[in-house]
Amino acid sequence: MSKPSDLVQGTLDMLILKILALQPMNGFAISQRLKQISSDVLGVSDGSLYPALHKLERRGWIRSEWKSSENNRRSKCYSLTRLGKKQLEAESANWNRVSSAISGILKLNEV
Amino acid sequence: MSIEQWFYSLPSRLRSFFLRDQVDQEMKEELHEHLEQQISDNIARGMSAEGARRSAMLALGGMTQIEQKCREARGGRILDDFLQDLRYGFRQLLRSPGFSALAILCLTLGIGANAAVFSWMEGILFRPYPAVAHQERLFAVAGTASGENEPTEVSWPDFLDLQRNCSLCDAWFVSKITGSTLNIGDHAEVATGSIVSANYFDAIGVHPMLGRNFEPGEDVGSDSHPVVVISYQLWRNRFKGDREIIGKTQRLNNVPHTIVGVAPEGFYGTFVGRAMQFWVPASMEGTFESGGYKLEDRGARWIESYVRLKPGVTRAQAQQQISAIATRLQRDYPATNRGRGVGLWALWQTPFNHAGELLPTLEVMVAVVAFVLLIACANVGNLLLVRSFVRRHEMSVRLAIGASRVRFVKQLLTEGLILSALGTACGLLVAYWCRHALVLLLPRGLGSAMYLPGEMDARVMAMGAGVCLLVTLIMGIIPAFQTRHLDLAGPLKSDSTGVVGARGRAWMRSGLVIFQVSLSFILLVGAALLLKSLEKIRNIDPGFTTTRVVTTGVPLVAAGYDVPRAELFQDELMDRLSALPGVESAAFARVTPLGYSTYSSTPIALDGYKPSPDEQTEVEYNQVGPGYLATLGIPLISGREFARTDDENAPLVAIVNRTMVTRYWGGQDPIGRRLQVKDRWARVVGVVADSKYESVRETPRPFFYVPLRQDFAREPELHIRTTQSPASLRAALLREVHALDPNLALYEMITLQEQVNRSTSPQLVAVTLISILGALALLLAAVGLYGVMSYAVAQSRRELGLRMALGAQATNLLRLVISRGLRMIVGGVLFGAVAGLALTRLLGNLLYKVSPHDPAVFASAFVVMIAIGVTACLLPAWRASRTDPARVLRD
Repeated sequence: MSKPSDLVQGTLDMLILKILALQPMNGFAISQRLKQISSDVLGVSDGSLYPALHKLERRGWIRSEWKSSENNRRSKCYSLTRLGKKQLEAESANWNRVSSAISGILKLNEV
Repeated sequence: MSIEQWFYSLPSRLRSFFLRDQVDQEMKEELHEHLEQQISDNIARGMSAEGARRSAMLALGGMTQIEQKCREARGGRILDDFLQDLRYGFRQLLRSPGFSALAILCLTLGIGANAAVFSWMEGILFRPYPAVAHQERLFAVAGTASGENEPTEVSWPDFLDLQRNCSLCDAWFVSKITGSTLNIGDHAEVATGSIVSANYFDAIGVHPMLGRNFEPGEDVGSDSHPVVVISYQLWRNRFKGDREIIGKTQRLNNVPHTIVGVAPEGFYGTFVGRAMQFWVPASMEGTFESGGYKLEDRGARWIESYVRLKPGVTRAQAQQQISAIATRLQRDYPATNRGRGVGLWALWQTPFNHAGELLPTLEVMVAVVAFVLLIACANVGNLLLVRSFVRRHEMSVRLAIGASRVRFVKQLLTEGLILSALGTACGLLVAYWCRHALVLLLPRGLGSAMYLPGEMDARVMAMGAGVCLLVTLIMGIIPAFQTRHLDLAGPLKSDSTGVVGARGRAWMRSGLVIFQVSLSFILLVGAALLLKSLEKIRNIDPGFTTTRVVTTGVPLVAAGYDVPRAELFQDELMDRLSALPGVESAAFARVTPLGYSTYSSTPIALDGYKPSPDEQTEVEYNQVGPGYLATLGIPLISGREFARTDDENAPLVAIVNRTMVTRYWGGQDPIGRRLQVKDRWARVVGVVADSKYESVRETPRPFFYVPLRQDFAREPELHIRTTQSPASLRAALLREVHALDPNLALYEMITLQEQVNRSTSPQLVAVTLISILGALALLLAAVGLYGVMSYAVAQSRRELGLRMALGAQATNLLRLVISRGLRMIVGGVLFGAVAGLALTRLLGNLLYKVSPHDPAVFASAFVVMIAIGVTACLLPAWRASRTDPARVLRD
């Protein structure tokens, strides 16, 4: 369970915001979705998911509330705040810019 | 952080901070929930129950670690760290109780002195009337006259016009101090009271505990409403807390007054320095004030008044409007109001009570206690520094295993905060105990009459808290600064030792000592200057004998004596007195010199003297009985004293003083010349030497005497030259008074020396306060010096041992240590002397005939400082000289 690099850390925040932008859900569901999307590539462990969720909540990007699910289990459901939406837009734009720049560089033919 | 983000994150922050346990619980529950879902998910995928649990836990990782990470991510660490630092700091302080006690004691003294002075300033200058509503908008009103520096009183008609025409003011009210005689057994006391406007209690928002306030209209007419509101103290002590008191009568100045109300507990009136015992409406002015009915006389200026401005109105705006009204009054009533203005004074500058008298002393005290606080801080800083040096091993280890420097400075600041918070708490307690201490510094008889409370209100508390934080910062920064020098390897490698007074890290400790020494030197100089002035003041020859002359009085007015009866009584008492053993001579006089009553004054005219057009010819005079000059020992230069034959039927006569002769008769013998006093011509029969009349500090001024019988006062003061003590004489005198009239009482009997002492009490207060604090500062500085030298000696044991092994004698080492100490002291004194030359000027008016740069004072302060410094170094030096070279080198 190595510590994710800074790049991955920042990416994790963005991924969580993106997932929650689609639909509010609880921590377990987020972890399942993360695994679906990217488990092999990014190697996000469940252990780093929860601290990240708490950090995002503290920053005011997401909020949480306790909800009872259909089988009458209480679970903590996260959703995006307006501020989080803005943050996601800013970060995706930034990401697109950086990644296109980097892939542009990588596509340069070596002489 | 943007405002928006702050807003969105606020709920989470608040929850983390205030609902820590609940947030923690929810986090655990959330993780548990995750685990459960993972397990059921795993089972659904066909794992065994045991395998599902194991796999889920593996996937999640170490539960405690995640919990901790979540906590960190949530924040709220600051509080956690703080609590941890607090616990750790307390443990540290308990581990060295001697150090902690010393540090807290230093801070208690420093902060206590500050808080006490703040509380006095609050109680005497800024919020002097605790029960009064909205004091911050209250201003004192006094008159001004062109060509005069001193504010004057205001007349009642002017007051009414101002009240009517000022639109920027909430309330105008009058409160003029006065006195009345209250007889308790054979002891007569003057009860202090106020003549007030009828709106007084309503205007200041004070409601009576029993009965009623004055009603509108009760301040109209001449002696038409003999009603009185008495103070809670008077009601308790003199009327035994009688709840049926309303409607009963009490004689005040021999006029029966109906008691209509009792003021609430804790209300002492509105006069700084005195607690009022009764209040009467202005219509009773004629009964209490000399000079008859004055409510319709625009020329009679006698009232002291206050105004409360409307909210939001500045003093300048109000002053502008009031000046405009005063200008209109000048135009409408030129005969009485030409050149007269009306001014507003802040409460702490009130010209007509004791606030102004104490203001210079308290101003100086603010600077003095700030010095004491700085010295205390430097002391504690030094202690912390020494300790941080002792702890550098621990600190290095902590840094080496990864403590951040910021965290480390936080820890040091927390320790400082604990110390200063404890010091502040103790200091505030000290200030609370000292809040009534100011009167204790006054001469005894005066102190019991004065009321100078300190006020421990929220503002003083806030000031204390501010000082506490400041002290924490100062003290925390010093050792934190020292951690800059901490390198990881150094202290771990070896326990390096220093040399006595070595440069480098020691500079900071030496610097602090030099700082302390210079501050205490300045205080020492200040105290010495004040002491010297006090001595000069006490040694001023008042121009009359002070030791064997006593003064007292018989309250004849309160006993209802009219003029003929009073004359008869005074003559008979004189006859009986001269027959008493131990009485050399005795005389009545309307006013005792340096007392509180005011002299009569009159514009004078003389044969053969033409005053220049704008010359002030107002001269004060006293009405004295036969033998007065001999009794007081005022030397007669030429002519004769008054005799019993100088009575109402004889031609008017006067005795003038030497200054008057010089000023008005060009130094020629004036005997036989005429002098006009209050439109009547008197013939000069004698010349006396100058003496002091109102204050020992006054410069010689014109003054004259007229016979008591030719300008009669019913209740003059009695002066007796005696070989007996005041106590035994009082008993004998009382017997004689009772033989004449068993219903009479006697005022307090004091020597004229006591009278002089009372009149110089502001200087005494200043000297006592500064001496106490100066001694405190010296003690603190000596402790600081001792600490630094002891520490330096302990640190350089190896060097000292080496020197000894190489042949140094014990005296050499003694000299070495003392000379190092002396270097710091001399350095401090030099800085102190330079600063002192600039700062002693602040003593200003408190100094009397002493230059703020008096070389003798500076020199003696220098000697004292050196002596104290050397004393502080002696013990460490002695210890150094006892170093055992063999043991040190073996260690």
